[in-house]
Amino acid sequence: MGAGTTAAHPISLEVNGERVEALISPRINLADFLREHLKLTGTHVGCEHGVCGACTIRVNGEIVRSCLMLAVQANEASVETIEGLSDSGEISDLQAAFRERNALQCGFCTPAMLITAQDLLESDDAPDRERIREHLSGNYCRCTGYQAIVDAVEATAKARQMNKSRA
Amino acid sequence: MSKPAANQQTLSELDRPNSYIGKTVPRPNLDRLLQGRGLYVSDLELPRMTHAVFVRSAYAHARIIAIDTSASKKMPGVIAVVTGEELAAVITPWVGVLSHLKGLKSAPQRAMAVEKVCWQGEAVVAVVATSRAAAEDAAEAVAIDYQELPVVTDMRTALDPETPVIHASLGDNLAFERVLDAGAVDAAFAGSDEVVEAEFVFGRHTGVTLEPRAVVADWNVAEARLTIYQGTQAPHMVQNIAALHLGLDEAQVRVVCKDVGGSFGIKVHIYADEMATYALSKMLKRPVKFVADRMESFNTDIHARDHRCKGRIGVNRDGTITAFEIDDLTGIGPYSMYPRTSAIEANQVVNLVGGPYTTKNYRARARVVFQNKNVMCQYRAVGHPIACSVTEGLVDLAAMKIGMDPVEIRRRNLIADDAYPCVSASGLRFELLSHHQSLNKLLKMMDYDALRAEQASLRKQNIHRGIGIASFIEVTNPSAAFYGVGGAKISSQDGVAVRLDAQGAVVCQTSITEQGQGSESLTAQIVGSVLGVSMEKVRVILGDTDQTPYGGGTWASRGAGIGGEAALQAAKVLKRNILEVAAAILQSTPSELDIANNAVVNAGDGTPRIELRELARIVYFRPDTLPPGIQPELMATRHYVPRQYPFAFTNGVQASWLEVDTDTGFVKLLKHWVVEDCGTIINPQLVDEQIRGGVVQGLGAALFEKCLYDERGQLTNANMAEYLVPMSGEMPDIDIGHVVSPTSESELGAKGAGEAGTAGAAAVVTNAVNDALSPFGAVITEIPLTPELILTALKRI
Repeated sequence: MGAGTTAAHPISLEVNGERVEALISPRINLADFLREHLKLTGTHVGCEHGVCGACTIRVNGEIVRSCLMLAVQANEASVETIEGLSDSGEISDLQAAFRERNALQCGFCTPAMLITAQDLLESDDAPDRERIREHLSGNYCRCTGYQAIVDAVEATAKARQMNKSRA
Repeated sequence: MSKPAANQQTLSELDRPNSYIGKTVPRPNLDRLLQGRGLYVSDLELPRMTHAVFVRSAYAHARIIAIDTSASKKMPGVIAVVTGEELAAVITPWVGVLSHLKGLKSAPQRAMAVEKVCWQGEAVVAVVATSRAAAEDAAEAVAIDYQELPVVTDMRTALDPETPVIHASLGDNLAFERVLDAGAVDAAFAGSDEVVEAEFVFGRHTGVTLEPRAVVADWNVAEARLTIYQGTQAPHMVQNIAALHLGLDEAQVRVVCKDVGGSFGIKVHIYADEMATYALSKMLKRPVKFVADRMESFNTDIHARDHRCKGRIGVNRDGTITAFEIDDLTGIGPYSMYPRTSAIEANQVVNLVGGPYTTKNYRARARVVFQNKNVMCQYRAVGHPIACSVTEGLVDLAAMKIGMDPVEIRRRNLIADDAYPCVSASGLRFELLSHHQSLNKLLKMMDYDALRAEQASLRKQNIHRGIGIASFIEVTNPSAAFYGVGGAKISSQDGVAVRLDAQGAVVCQTSITEQGQGSESLTAQIVGSVLGVSMEKVRVILGDTDQTPYGGGTWASRGAGIGGEAALQAAKVLKRNILEVAAAILQSTPSELDIANNAVVNAGDGTPRIELRELARIVYFRPDTLPPGIQPELMATRHYVPRQYPFAFTNGVQASWLEVDTDTGFVKLLKHWVVEDCGTIINPQLVDEQIRGGVVQGLGAALFEKCLYDERGQLTNANMAEYLVPMSGEMPDIDIGHVVSPTSESELGAKGAGEAGTAGAAAVVTNAVNDALSPFGAVITEIPLTPELILTALKRI
């Protein structure tokens, strides 16, 4: 089916707190919409079939693989990408821990890895290493061997707990 | 470990403020990647950019009878539909051979197939459109008639007389053969107490870079210049090859490499579809972008390590290894890859087998054959995992045969730490290695004796754990001996230019490239240390043939050792130049001055004399105030290439502790240890992370990764759901230790570390599985170690 044969569809959604209106072909997936239409290229496309996790974003607070969701399905949704999460400062401590621990090499998996790690830390404030490894298992990293990522997530969890107990 | 006096002196000079060599400091500019604000080629957009999609052969071997592009050309958004024959008018074919690999032959390969296709996935037609989606739609409308030809898939029968020859002009399917016979092998085997044999089988696997290969080619017809944006490890190599085959001068080609989403050797080559993309841009006079999708990546990114290697080892009852012999067979697909060739891997296997050990008796044969599968070529740790698995597998089998502990047999045969310099049976020259010191350190880290006791007690509870150990050597810092001597225009030297800018900050341009290893960091650390400038004032520019000195790039564990030394030497010259100017300004002499904390200081007591910022202001804006005759040169360039040794060999040893579930065949990795010796360590954290990442790639090969071809040459698992790579939940923590034996060939003393992890990981896992299975008398010499393979060896299925 060609792009020209399917009528464009209007969508309205919130992306990183900004209202976005667009007229798009129904077959465009959310990852391509973010990257190609909104130029939010921090969302990466690794496998295009929901396995590698590089395109992980947040939709209505839940992490999803944006390559497995059509953009039209995000109508009226609130979408958050790595750009938004960086600018809001929500994950700045996690990003700092990744930097300190060199928990990234090529950086291609990193935005999605951060979002998935933040998802874990929101639901479990004291995950052990095994739990961290399990939660991140849907996000492939070919460079680091994962240990540095696990270390960084673990360190962030501990630091957040300490801050909480102080407060 | 003794160190040459000159090195000691230099390094102690560096031990002062702004000394970053040997220190863990975060890599510069990571925030860009952490915030999703990097620039990978797949992110790049240019005005008037078009998107190329390739129609690829569905057959492994077929004659192209007819191509009908008429329907495709009428599809919306289509700009051009181009066949291989049409593209051949723009770009010339190539042959992937090098003269130092004597006898290596291959057939001319084209950017897109002409007349026949030789593997499933070979590009036949290119569709260029205004969007990738439009190009994909139009690609489906291209009609190609094929006549299927008999396929050559099994390397074991590729040389049989009844097997069809893929390229008639070559006469047979043998691409390359090397034989080596050192010492007195037959006599050694005849005189051995025991001779053990095994056949080692390796699964064909690939790199799976998370960002697929991507290129944007932009031919500006008015400038008569081609700009290639590509995630490549070797920009100058790409420049040379693109120019050569498009009929351009190298000065007409600029290669720009920004962020690269994983490389591992996959992106050190030049692929036919990339060449086609350059040619399409030239043809269409506008930017053309090609980003491989995941299926294309599996079908066209180079594969590696498809080997079957028969091995023999002779051993005496006292543990003395008397001889090694191997007969290696590998299938490389239909062409030897260009320009590095597909014979290097087998050649490395011949070079490296037996490398850590003293025996001088070694015989090897390696045969490299053509087949109708995707091309194979150099992937991280080229040849090392094969050589290490064969060598260390044989050593363990020999130990088992004579009832000796695997550690003890290694102790008795590893080259002594005081025996250097020396030469291996295959002729490799070792400057300084540390096998015994490394092994001792490893045993201490893993508490070997306690682990053995734990293993014994768990066995009584029917829990089967195993310990695997493997020593290895690694080729790093390659000189021109690797490619240059064979005629490839792949530079073995690297250059770094360092300059002091008008505000006293430093800009370095280096010819090594960054794919996440830390090239930028190590360059800034070295330059900051030598110059006495804080690291945040050092900006490093890489990956642009218009901007950097000429050089090789980042591959074969060469960035730190070669590019790092060039940075060191360039910074030394700049420092000298700065101190000459400072002496003139301060009416002092250079020898009385030094630089620390971004200021010229008194060499004696460190008293600040003039800020670099102020010195730069004077030089650039008030040169009239300098004494007559002074011409400051606040920029210096130096190049470096190793000349004394063809390669700076490193060594290391790994260990694995794992559990085999004898009911399900599943392997659980519990712990992994590595001790390695890469000489001077510039950034300990980055070295450790290179090793960890390398280990996990090797663990993937050991347990999961395999390209599964059927008898028709169809790759049946060309997707990430069926081609398994390691996930975080399956991987163990990896402890790393170091022994430091710097090379005295360079002042920096650094050797490479990027491939050490991958070199030995599969070998230790296999040895550990066999150790776990030893009560059952089962021995497996094949990877990946799937549950099916393990249960079969246990005779459970």
